[in-house]
Amino acid sequence: MRCLICHEEIIPEVSWVTFWKPPVEIKMCGDCRAALEKIDGPCCPVCHRPDHKGVCRDCEQWSDTQFGTFDKNVAVFRYNEFGKKFVARWKYRGDYVLFQAIKKEIQRKWEMTGVEKHIIVPVPLSKQREAERGFNQSEAIILALAKEPISLFDRLHSEKQSKRGKKERMQSENPFILRRPVHESVVIVDDIYTTGRTVRHMASRLREYGCPSVSSFTIFR
Amino acid sequence: MRLKQALFLDRMVNKLMNLLRSNTTTDYSWIPQHHTPHRYPQFAGKLLLRQEIPLSDEQIDHLVTSSVFTKVDSIEPHLWGHRCRRCGNKASHLFGLMPHTSCKKECRYCRSCIQMGRVLECEPLYVGSSYVSWTAHENPCAWQGKLTVYQQNAADQLVNLVEKGAGEKLVWAVCGAGKTEMLFPAITKALETGKRVCLATPRTDVVRELLPRFQKAFPEVRMQALYGDSPDKTGDAPLILATTHQLLRYGRAFDVMIVDEVDAFPFHNDESLHYACKRAAKMDASIIYLTATPRKVQKKRMRKKELPVVFVPKRFHGHPLPVPQLKLTPTLHRFLKKGELPPKLLKQIAEQQTSPRQLLLFLPSIKKAEEMALLLKGKGYTVEAVHAEDIDRAEKIAAFRKKKYRVLVTTTILERGVTFPSVDVFVIDAGHGVFDEAALVQIAGRAGRSHDDPTGNVHFYHIGKTDALLNAIESIEYMNRLGRNT
Repeated sequence: MRCLICHEEIIPEVSWVTFWKPPVEIKMCGDCRAALEKIDGPCCPVCHRPDHKGVCRDCEQWSDTQFGTFDKNVAVFRYNEFGKKFVARWKYRGDYVLFQAIKKEIQRKWEMTGVEKHIIVPVPLSKQREAERGFNQSEAIILALAKEPISLFDRLHSEKQSKRGKKERMQSENPFILRRPVHESVVIVDDIYTTGRTVRHMASRLREYGCPSVSSFTIFR
Repeated sequence: MRLKQALFLDRMVNKLMNLLRSNTTTDYSWIPQHHTPHRYPQFAGKLLLRQEIPLSDEQIDHLVTSSVFTKVDSIEPHLWGHRCRRCGNKASHLFGLMPHTSCKKECRYCRSCIQMGRVLECEPLYVGSSYVSWTAHENPCAWQGKLTVYQQNAADQLVNLVEKGAGEKLVWAVCGAGKTEMLFPAITKALETGKRVCLATPRTDVVRELLPRFQKAFPEVRMQALYGDSPDKTGDAPLILATTHQLLRYGRAFDVMIVDEVDAFPFHNDESLHYACKRAAKMDASIIYLTATPRKVQKKRMRKKELPVVFVPKRFHGHPLPVPQLKLTPTLHRFLKKGELPPKLLKQIAEQQTSPRQLLLFLPSIKKAEEMALLLKGKGYTVEAVHAEDIDRAEKIAAFRKKKYRVLVTTTILERGVTFPSVDVFVIDAGHGVFDEAALVQIAGRAGRSHDDPTGNVHFYHIGKTDALLNAIESIEYMNRLGRNT
């Protein structure tokens, strides 16, 4: 067995319990597990910013400009250096199977979030970007959770969010086009919540057409 | 009828044998060998993904029909699995499956070389024909220096090799022999005859350092330095300086292939780099290997007389290599555990510090190196510690070279490639596993590298002689003997 992230050999522990059971596949070594920091302390109740008590400044600003469009975000890991490298390799380089390494943690958090009955919506990519990457990262997460992604949006091609500064992002036009209105609660699944611009763009479209509540679930925050 | 059956059987057996053999041998027959002359030097001998070619689909189609480019499968299936044709990876855990939106299928991709762009099974590799006529330069070399007898001998042999074409040669030159300079005549010869030359080295630092030296020596020749984050990545020059990783984008491209430090990390032990290096040379290329410390593989080939070798046993300044002195310090480990050094060793450091030479201190691990730096700082020396994960590595090394401080504590990362004018070298816990023979020879080679101070003390502090220690000393003495006798 090898770690999917660092390719190091994993030597599974042997105890009487593991001795009787069929071997479980371990996809991530201890070092990589330790480097991925889970968010489980106090955090902003709206955007899940770690190490923050109460609603953070960004979210207050959001509620000034767009009150009530977006419920809340839940994230699994901190977007630390290791997380950045992970996303770069998984999403930008396109190492699809890398996600399998953190799948279990994502599933666990997902079950705790209580959004089972919501409609699960992926963040669409423009045609061009999707052809470049070969897969949609947000759909990949939903598929790994063994759920069905329901595409509600089309997207116009624009510069990558990660290549823009915060100010530019905040002023960016809404690139999403809603295909059909929905009247059930929606959870948007994405890889990172940075400024919250993307999910709020989508949320405002959904709410315009009568969606009762929109929340989001991301791997990193 | 019998005959037909026998023939059929024979053919099947042959096929099977080839299949089995394909596991261990590297086969580059998929690189097309037809010679289509063209005028796109940026694609000559290249192995590119679609997204690496800055042209429109129509333009590429045109180049494919005029066979400047040939499309080949990027991942080849084998009896035992798959092989990525770009990096030669064949480990099953380094392939991934991905539901590909463009072809609505699960497609295999290579995880080993994904840092250079993803190689997908369903997307071809574009192989550029290497048949570009490179300009023949007249007297390209502006270097005026003089070579020593040994350097000249090696240089002459290399010129011969380049003239002859196909062949290999290993240059076994001691640390500080002036390897770069003795390549100049051979490179000159190649450039004069319109050949394409590549010098590949495992380390980025070295490529960066070599570029200005080559620019000075060959002022009229267009050359490029290619490494991970190099500013210019076109790779269309007749003279290419590159890290061995960059060769993953080349196939049958160079007439003269020079591989520097064949024994060094990460080249040594990385199969994909060997795969790429072999592939980057043309079928009839002259291949030159440079090393100060050949590994077992090369020594074996030398003994079998498969690999011709030329020795350069003397440094450019003509003085012998400093021979390391073994210093038995039985209490070493006990003190190291507490983050301290035995009093005897401390006394020797104090003594050393009274001389004008600076001190290079090698330790087996990053943690130990930092502890020692702290300890010596406490004793009032000016000390810095440098290791692989250090962000200020380059600045610290430069400061030491400018004699801004007296003691540099480091790990094996500084074992090669760096030159300090006047240092003594102490290796603490030299019997540790990380110090293998090659590392020790290289470390000892840090001392006495300049004209003005051609000697230096090299001390190996150990708690018991290891094979690596003895072999290293033997190898240094052997080279000194070779240098004396002739």
